[in-house]
Amino acid sequence: MTQKYLASVSTLKLDAAKCTGCGMCVNVCPHAVFIIKDRKARITDPDLCMECGACSGNCPAEAISLKKGVGCATAVIQGFLRGTEPDCGCGDSDCC
Amino acid sequence: MSQNAAAPAPLTIQKISSEYTRSDMFAAWKARWGINRAAWRVKPGLYALGSPSADSSVFASANYTLSFNELRKSLKGLDAWILVLDTKGINVWCAAGKGTFGTMELTRSIMESGLDKIVKNKTIILPQLGAPGVAAHRVKVYTGFSVVYGPVRAEDIKDFLSLRGKAAPGMREVKFGFPERIILAPIELVYFGKYLLPAAAILYGLGLKTDALLTLATLLAGTILVPALLPLLPGRSFSVKGAVAGAAALAAVYPLLNLDAYQSAARALFYLPLASFMGMEFTGASTYTSLSGVKKEMRLALPAQALALLSGIAMLIAGRFI
Repeated sequence: MTQKYLASVSTLKLDAAKCTGCGMCVNVCPHAVFIIKDRKARITDPDLCMECGACSGNCPAEAISLKKGVGCATAVIQGFLRGTEPDCGCGDSDCC
Repeated sequence: MSQNAAAPAPLTIQKISSEYTRSDMFAAWKARWGINRAAWRVKPGLYALGSPSADSSVFASANYTLSFNELRKSLKGLDAWILVLDTKGINVWCAAGKGTFGTMELTRSIMESGLDKIVKNKTIILPQLGAPGVAAHRVKVYTGFSVVYGPVRAEDIKDFLSLRGKAAPGMREVKFGFPERIILAPIELVYFGKYLLPAAAILYGLGLKTDALLTLATLLAGTILVPALLPLLPGRSFSVKGAVAGAAALAAVYPLLNLDAYQSAARALFYLPLASFMGMEFTGASTYTSLSGVKKEMRLALPAQALALLSGIAMLIAGRFI
């Protein structure tokens, strides 16, 4: 069963003009958000995106933009308390 | 010639077996319960699994014991090199999210291990979940090594290799089925139990047996029912799922208690936000929530939880004077 989180929130954007159709985004996405069609990457369903940033970081053509982050409430709270970006603090606490 | 090329091997190569022993199983069990976190680390560096040669495959892993053990267990019967990055004892996916399993650490590890003198085939296979921290094309520029992203799960590696580095359908997708979720319940229970078990003990000591029981029921709802029933709980937002799990737990326990409608309502207002909060915290353990979504959820959920909690407290206090 495909599990989906909140609809229409993902910051994922694909610039088809820059895309070379190399397929790297298809390889790295853990939720099968991308397919290659007519030698270009396409986004199937943006609501499946968890904003991990694997696609944008590995796109050699820099055709994908996204605000990367961890979808973790603890991280958001810790970031708010410390005045930093959301950070799960994994490593000094027992999370993940 | 090739013998000469392999001669200046660094001293740091360590031998490792693919055997998964009882003590490895015990270590994994302890890690799942959060026991002795400092012991979950593997020494970073290059490892020789079996008797690898200059033609053997190279795999990268994190220096988190569970990540490393999953990999070497899955490579049983193969001769391979394993390059363990220093991810501060954090698993591949979380470390990739933070960037410690990342382009710079991978580059540094490849350089320091002298891997370019050890293997002919300049390719390194990374777990796919390392991809959020790594830019494959940059690693190529910095080190000359091509990064190949392997499957999500180490258990698929042999199939991946037999398909000559192509992933079969499903190998690239993260699953979050019952087994993947319930294995997270102990760490959730330990994390929130730290606060709620002493609270329940104090309530019991004060003679508030009803509330001690409701605290325990809420703890179990937030830490076990939420992971167990996640896709069945209504709503997409985890705070709603948590509240529903909490309501189910209260519905199970209320018939055992002698509460009137007013007291039942007051306690629901007090305990449901706690279960809701625990459900919301499970976003961090889940494999499909995004930061944008979590922020949106929290903007609504946190004030609602606080309001319900305060209303519950106000009703409980007022109830004493009626």
